[in-house]
Amino acid sequence: MSSRPEIQAPPEIFYNDDEARKYTSSSRIIEIQAKLSERALELLALPEDGVPRLLLDIGCGSGLSGETLTESGHQWVGLDISQSMLDVAVEREVEGDLILGDMGQGLALRPGVVDGAISISAVQWLCNADKSSHDPRKRLKAFFESLYRSLSRGARAVLQVYPENVAQRELILSFAMRAGFAGGIVVDYPHSSKSRKEYLVLTCGPPSLSSATPQGIGEDADCSNDESSEDEENQAVCVSDRHRPRKKQKLNKKTKGRQWVLKKKEQMRKKGNAVPPDSRYTARKRKDHF
Amino acid sequence: MRLLTHNMLSSNIKGVTNGFPLALEVTKLVTKPVDFNPDFLKNMLLKVEWKALVEASRAMGYAELPEQTEPSMVESEEFLRKFHHALLELHLEEGSLVCPQTGRKFPVCKGIPNMLLHEDEV
Ligand SMILES: C[S@@+](CC[C@H](N)C(=O)[O-])C[C@H]1O[C@@H](n2cnc3c(N)ncnc32)[C@H](O)[C@@H]1O
Repeated sequence: MSSRPEIQAPPEIFYNDDEARKYTSSSRIIEIQAKLSERALELLALPEDGVPRLLLDIGCGSGLSGETLTESGHQWVGLDISQSMLDVAVEREVEGDLILGDMGQGLALRPGVVDGAISISAVQWLCNADKSSHDPRKRLKAFFESLYRSLSRGARAVLQVYPENVAQRELILSFAMRAGFAGGIVVDYPHSSKSRKEYLVLTCGPPSLSSATPQGIGEDADCSNDESSEDEENQAVCVSDRHRPRKKQKLNKKTKGRQWVLKKKEQMRKKGNAVPPDSRYTARKRKDHF
Repeated sequence: MRLLTHNMLSSNIKGVTNGFPLALEVTKLVTKPVDFNPDFLKNMLLKVEWKALVEASRAMGYAELPEQTEPSMVESEEFLRKFHHALLELHLEEGSLVCPQTGRKFPVCKGIPNMLLHEDEV
């Protein structure tokens, strides 16, 4: 967590020529991004009629996510703020068209044109203010409003995000809802800090059966065996979904106990992370007041 | 950049109420063959702004598109092939897109339009 790229530099600086090349030649990253994109495409739930659609890839980078769209036969247009990432995409001869642009300035698209949008590991960047003129709230607003407008009625946007904390997740979701989207967050593997992935699944138009948020993978799995199930944040929000009955937001029952928590906190301190001081409340069970 | 993308793009400079279509300034264009898919084209025909596509394809030196479309045209392979070529195979490599309201130019380099706004345009 201490190595979040979002806090190191603005995206167009962080993803420079060097980083763009490194990013796109790592087989580990290629594999992860492909998996995330496949899942996002699945959550888009496009009609299964074999007709290629016109899709948008927001924060398309060097085209790793777009390749999944091409493999499924779709046409896509990608937007990214990093010239270096787009240069790599050109070199790799991706099939989609590329646009150099900043999603925080709003998408420069005409209304109702796209059949669906995906975004893989990009939207959390909007939560940072990289320039004095940047106001994350304004940028989130501009982004979601323009995304809403550009989608055809009933179309979906699936955004895989890495929010830094609960507040960021709520911030992103709230601006999506305010723009008029229906939907919520799907969490895959909520009980594993490594595999845990979050997707905002948004539908353009009023809530309906088709806008009900799908289930995450591994959501109902028994979390007691997973060694990472103590992760405070994961525990607090298994599924943060406004359209889902509260009861389903189940909390982990079993915990590893105080000793384990103290040890974990010590480890985090050694890594230089900000960890709250130990007290008599440490590792106490919280009241299930929600 | 293909005309498919041109047909989607609209200038979003602050205060601009009608940013579509962006005018094309063509310095260099290339054509790249793309697989012909009638289903995709039929779907796209409902979405494209036809007049803008006709004008853009002319600016790219292709004058084969009819001024207007009729629903029956989707049955004609000849028509769909022309539509296919204009929409997907013509690429603007170098040049610019011009905002119809302000005249502001968005440069296109290596096929990538630069739609980044200056701070006072947001
Ligand atoms: C982790 S990369 C993911 C790239 C690609 N989606 C993939 O799956 O490989 C995140 C990308 O988001 C882009 N990005 C960050 N902020 C952006 C913004 N405001 N507008 C457009 N793209 C942005 C970055 O430049 C970077 O290419």
